[in-house]
Amino acid sequence: MSTSVVEPPTTTKPVLSAQDLRISTTSGQEILHGVSFTLQPGKILALVGESGSGKTTAGLACLGHFRQGLKHTGGEIHLAGTGNTGSILDLPEQERRKLRGGSISYVPQDPALSLNPAMPIGRQIAEVLQVQHYGRSEEERSARVAEVLAEVGLNNSPAYQRRYPHQLSGGQQQRVGIAMAFACRPSVLVLDEPTTGLDVTTQALVLQTIAELTERHGVAGLYITHDLAVVAKIADEVVVMLSGEVVEKGPAAEVLYQPQHDYTRKLLSAVPDLAGKRQVGRVAVITGEHPVVGRESTAAAAARQQLSTPPTTDGGKLLEVTGLKLSYGKTQVLDGIDFSLAKGESMMLLGESGSGKTTLSRCIAGLNDDYKGTVRLNGEELRPGTRARTPEQRQQVQYVFQSPFSSLNPRRTICESVEVPLQMSGTLNRKQRRIRVREALDQVRLGESYLDRRPGDLSGGQRQRVAIARALVNAPQLLVCDEITSALDVSVQASIIDLLRTLQAETGMSMLFVTHNICLARHISQRMAVLQQGRIVDLGSTDEVLQRPRHEYTRELLANVPTL
Amino acid sequence: MSVIDAPRLVEPEAKVRKGTFHRFIRQRQAKIGIALTAAVVLLALLGPLLLPWATGYTSTEFAGRPFKPEGLLGTDNLGRDVLTRFLDGGLRLLLFAGLATLLGMVIGGLCGMVAAYRGGWVDSAIMRTNDILLALPQLVFALLAITVLGPQPWVLVAVIGITHAPRIARVTRAATLAVVTEDFIRASEMYAVPKWKIVVQDVLPNITGPLMVELGLRMTYSIGALASLSFLGLGMQPPTADWGLMINENRIALAVQPWGVILPVLAIAVLTVGTNLITDSLARASASLNVGESK
Repeated sequence: MSTSVVEPPTTTKPVLSAQDLRISTTSGQEILHGVSFTLQPGKILALVGESGSGKTTAGLACLGHFRQGLKHTGGEIHLAGTGNTGSILDLPEQERRKLRGGSISYVPQDPALSLNPAMPIGRQIAEVLQVQHYGRSEEERSARVAEVLAEVGLNNSPAYQRRYPHQLSGGQQQRVGIAMAFACRPSVLVLDEPTTGLDVTTQALVLQTIAELTERHGVAGLYITHDLAVVAKIADEVVVMLSGEVVEKGPAAEVLYQPQHDYTRKLLSAVPDLAGKRQVGRVAVITGEHPVVGRESTAAAAARQQLSTPPTTDGGKLLEVTGLKLSYGKTQVLDGIDFSLAKGESMMLLGESGSGKTTLSRCIAGLNDDYKGTVRLNGEELRPGTRARTPEQRQQVQYVFQSPFSSLNPRRTICESVEVPLQMSGTLNRKQRRIRVREALDQVRLGESYLDRRPGDLSGGQRQRVAIARALVNAPQLLVCDEITSALDVSVQASIIDLLRTLQAETGMSMLFVTHNICLARHISQRMAVLQQGRIVDLGSTDEVLQRPRHEYTRELLANVPTL
Repeated sequence: MSVIDAPRLVEPEAKVRKGTFHRFIRQRQAKIGIALTAAVVLLALLGPLLLPWATGYTSTEFAGRPFKPEGLLGTDNLGRDVLTRFLDGGLRLLLFAGLATLLGMVIGGLCGMVAAYRGGWVDSAIMRTNDILLALPQLVFALLAITVLGPQPWVLVAVIGITHAPRIARVTRAATLAVVTEDFIRASEMYAVPKWKIVVQDVLPNITGPLMVELGLRMTYSIGALASLSFLGLGMQPPTADWGLMINENRIALAVQPWGVILPVLAIAVLTVGTNLITDSLARASASLNVGESK
């Protein structure tokens, strides 16, 4: 890849520099083909790429660590200020271990998995200091623990330090993770997608913490991510990686707004934005002027547009929810929800974690049966719980789960998983079912060859397509999607959204799209409802709510969305 | 459109996994386990067929004076040929142990899965009953039942199977609990798949790993329990040839004529080690397919 990469003039000495880094699997296949980058003190470099691009491998190499089955085959990594001038990769493992946590530290992706659930957070941070022989006495160390907790914006009282990870929210857990990484005042901080699992408000807070800390203490940050909107918010420089190669690098403003390489442009085009000016992949945003779902660019879609009347006016109400309430003990999860959904319309349910949006979608789908209030489909009341509903009603409402890694039985083939709804509702025999499953897989753009594979052979995006195929196999009228893109790569997210819009245009079904990703959902829904603590605080057409949010909470939520 | 289809760019071909069996057989300990078990099972199966052609005696026939080195491996306490009785005494032990383990697995597995899947009062009822059964030592319970019902083969199998059940149920329940939180169970619920079918299709295949380990362990215990019961005089009844019984009958002459004890002890030990190696490697082979695999 010989792009004209112009090195920016460096005014300060780099803290860490990787030169022509090559890593391959033990069987000889090269994963990184000569990656170079430098980290400046106080600046954040974003390493951008999709799953499998080698960005995490490169990030871990900075720690002198290679995952099992990988080995270092060439290139050097120099770390300033450690006394030795050679590459840290030439050091014995013993020496490298001393660097980790001290000079270079790491913030992993999922704080819930990286913190020890059986140890109070204060002790976990103190443990790092102890291992690194930071400070001279126990008092000095505990003073540092309190100090670093304050630095990441957490309460540092002894009572708070005695808390266990499960007593903290996701954002607080991640900040504890950052505090641990920061405890020994490292000169380099490697952050591996630290905000992926967090909702927008928390994400904004964590990003702010990271930015402040690196700037104030002159720490160089290496931020590994696939989220370009986050990059725009936090990074000073960007390195774009594709299949183990650097395809473009430079200052964030340049790379993001005047991308040189094709791949960067494509990546950028997959990122949805709040204003809806950009197309996601092939799909443009739904606006007041273009309320019809479908691909405006193709002639076929245009023809269909002329033939069919706008979906908002055809047929009346499909789904009506009135006075839906649900509580677990004293906690009121849903507190009187009223809304309706027209045929062929799609609506997004927006809210932070804990706002009750998943619970609401599960009540509608019949996965929750202890709610009060009524859910009507085509004017008929749906009983709580799927087993209490008639087979036709079950067929009409379908639900797609959040994680495709959990929603498919790993021991059954794709065909066996997808045909379950047919088995339960239909009179088709085995052969006919297989044909119908093949059609459904075709609808989600998966070939016949997937029929007899098992979920383990498929990527996340492919699995989610299979899960959608299972929902589609019975031709539902209402598809409830519960954060179906949150576990996937950005470009895969775009392709799923693209797929859903096409499917909606093809079948005319309604969709309820539960999400916390406003930008993405904007491309699929005509209307939106904002949930806060079990109540709908804002409801209207997507444009209307985004441009003129009525509720304080909606405004706050929108302000926290990272955009390019 | 290459960005949209990027996952395929990065992973050109989905890796087709080799079957569980392939991963099982590739392990060295699996091969050793199969060899050991097969040796003892073959011996037990073929032994009765070879008699009296191989040794010249039937298992109850008088072959000389007691505890004298007559014949190939000497005689036992009643002057019967040791080798003959050894060849004839394994099949019943294996058969009863297998049946008892199977019975325990079926009862315990079902109870455990139902308890974990249904939850609530069903769970409490099953598991508390379990606790009561667990409070009785296995051998004491067996002795009690056999004293009351008499030492018939079906009683032996039933008693050992039933005493295994609560232990198996606990393991099964724990394994099932991890599976029932997965979304694919919820999906089956959503499509109103009958509950028994969810248990069979969705739960059972995903807990085979721990169940296999349990199967091996319980098989070992069954063999041990049967041998002990025979040793105590409450299992197989004389003059039946049986490994457990042989140990009991000949232990008084361990120093004079050790073969009567050593042969059955060796066979039982080899069998136990063999079955454990097999189930261990089976568990390892199936583990990589279990739920909760890396994302």
